[in-house]
Amino acid sequence: MSALFPFHGGLKTVRHKTESNQTPIQAGILPPRLTVPLRQHIGAIAKPLVQPGDRVLKGQMIGQPDGYISAAIHAPTSGVVSAVDQQPVPHPSGLSDLCVTIETDGEERWIDREPVDYRRLHPSELRQTIRNAGVVGLGGAGFPSAVKLNLAGRSEPLATLMLNGAECEPWITCDDRLMRERAAEVVAGLQIMAHLLEPQEVLIGIEDDKPEAIAAMTAACAGTGYEVRPVPTRYPSGSVKQLVKLLTGKETPVDGLPVDVGVQCFNVATAYTVHRAINCGEPMLSRVVTVTGQVHRPGNLETLIGTPFAELIKQCGGYRENVERLIMGGPMMGFALHSDDAPVTKAANCLLAAGSAELAPELPVLPCIRCGACMDVCPANLLPQQLYWHARAKEFDQARDCHLFSCIECGCCSHVCPSHIPLVQYYRYAKNEIWAKEKEKQRAEQARQRHQARMERLEREKQEREAKLRQKAPVRPEPAVASTNPHSDPLTPAPSPAKGEGHPEG
Amino acid sequence: MIIAVMALGLLAGASGLLLGFAAIRFEVEGDPIVEQIDAVLPQTQCGQCGYAGCRPYAEAIAAGEADINLCPPGGQNGIAALAELLGRDPKPLDPASGVEKPKMAAVIDEQNCIGCTLCIQACPVDAIVGAAKHMHTVIARECTGCELCLAPCPVDCIHMIPFAPSITTWKWTYPAVEVKAAA
Repeated sequence: MSALFPFHGGLKTVRHKTESNQTPIQAGILPPRLTVPLRQHIGAIAKPLVQPGDRVLKGQMIGQPDGYISAAIHAPTSGVVSAVDQQPVPHPSGLSDLCVTIETDGEERWIDREPVDYRRLHPSELRQTIRNAGVVGLGGAGFPSAVKLNLAGRSEPLATLMLNGAECEPWITCDDRLMRERAAEVVAGLQIMAHLLEPQEVLIGIEDDKPEAIAAMTAACAGTGYEVRPVPTRYPSGSVKQLVKLLTGKETPVDGLPVDVGVQCFNVATAYTVHRAINCGEPMLSRVVTVTGQVHRPGNLETLIGTPFAELIKQCGGYRENVERLIMGGPMMGFALHSDDAPVTKAANCLLAAGSAELAPELPVLPCIRCGACMDVCPANLLPQQLYWHARAKEFDQARDCHLFSCIECGCCSHVCPSHIPLVQYYRYAKNEIWAKEKEKQRAEQARQRHQARMERLEREKQEREAKLRQKAPVRPEPAVASTNPHSDPLTPAPSPAKGEGHPEG
Repeated sequence: MIIAVMALGLLAGASGLLLGFAAIRFEVEGDPIVEQIDAVLPQTQCGQCGYAGCRPYAEAIAAGEADINLCPPGGQNGIAALAELLGRDPKPLDPASGVEKPKMAAVIDEQNCIGCTLCIQACPVDAIVGAAKHMHTVIARECTGCELCLAPCPVDCIHMIPFAPSITTWKWTYPAVEVKAAA
């Protein structure tokens, strides 16, 4: 057993895994209508390829990736497109975004699925297949995986390919169940990733509160040389920079990515999706979602993308009394949904129907007493208290100098604050303001350049007009004016005809 | 005595030559403070400050001819940034130049556009496309919301509409918490 390198801070949270991880993954029901958002990833929104009235097949691409950092979107089942318009999506704002609505026909008619042998395909073709299958990081961020599987331009070979099965959020169990039940498929996907990245070692990090998953993954890895490494159960070990530190001892630079220190990390569900895309020819159409909290039968559902959250709740036996809030993601890093009409997206790993027992009680906010408890738990080694003062005073430059952007918004500081200050809310606010300012600066710079270009163009046109006038002018009145002008100096010769006179243009 | 005078004189002469050389060799073209002021201004080019654009206003501020509170699109934040840059005290926006409004973009009612090109000539950032006797339209991404196209339109078919909130522009708000005084 290799040594682990504990990260700073973190929390022992109260575990709520057994509520949902005791039953196998169930197939989700096919709802009458699916609402598939075209932006389910980091990067540019996908370009819609269908119009209302079009018939689509299961697995047909309905949104094309627009640019390098973007992802394809597919029809999760066969049916008829009824609308391509703005629909509510799961987002902390509760706002709408462009979605394709499909009335399902229940026939589940597939496109032609073409499994490929990844060993025979050129790496760029393989990446293109993964890109066209709409594979994005399923740990929650939704970053297009094909981009991360491309190491072109990096001189050094990759030291470590890491699979993240830590699943440190206290309520989520979808990766746990996936590893227990489909370990062989996860490892098959990992093999494809290893084939593309050619790492020196492959590590799988799993928190030690999941002994069944560890056993299943260890068995599946037999003979591959991949190493399963149990890590202590300590939130947020599943955060990528913390897991990299934990398993390799390497610190990711402040403005960098793990790949800068030779580590590339993927979620276990992402590896599973890569396996489906390459070995089965199936694009990303569904994901495992943990439905837990105040529902009658908590569990994990393999749900089609676009299924309304209300259908999931219904399948799990409906709400129990006293549900106060519906949270997507875990209680530590997730956000409250505005309604259960919003659809499941690729990033939706958990739906928590939270009652008063699941939510931290809303206690009155007291002034900061500078106890430093937040600093002790910060896994990013920041000074949360200092960040709080700056963010509260809207001193964004100073907040940035205190490495605001290294904050992973894990919520440890808010959790331990004895004054119940919503610290993470302040950091999110400050980050958003800085981004907005940056965007505004860019817009202003663009406007400045356009204005300058316009002024130059007007000046050029003016000069051209004058030049033309000068060409034309001497033809008619020039000699007369010169001879009759009493003010003209008799010593200077009459203005000679402009040089271009013999060759008038236009 | 003579040696002292000579030494000092020599030193003064050498320093003078050095300074003279430096003044020519490292001469700064333009006024860097104008650039800095221009970078703070919102580049709307609306002319509400009474100058022909953001850069002329920046030049006027640098020359001490204009006050720092004449830019409505920059708003109170812009005035604060200018005050910080120039080491002055912030002051409220001069109501004579206008009021601070939410960001808006011009939209042409294409049904009513007669293709007169007057708005195209008025737009300071070339954000309107079209040709004579053909419909015009605003490139929304490039519009600075300066409103200079509104007045020339003979059929009043241009309207300012505020930016609709969208997922890409949505921001977390300042935490609305009531801090209770410690007992």
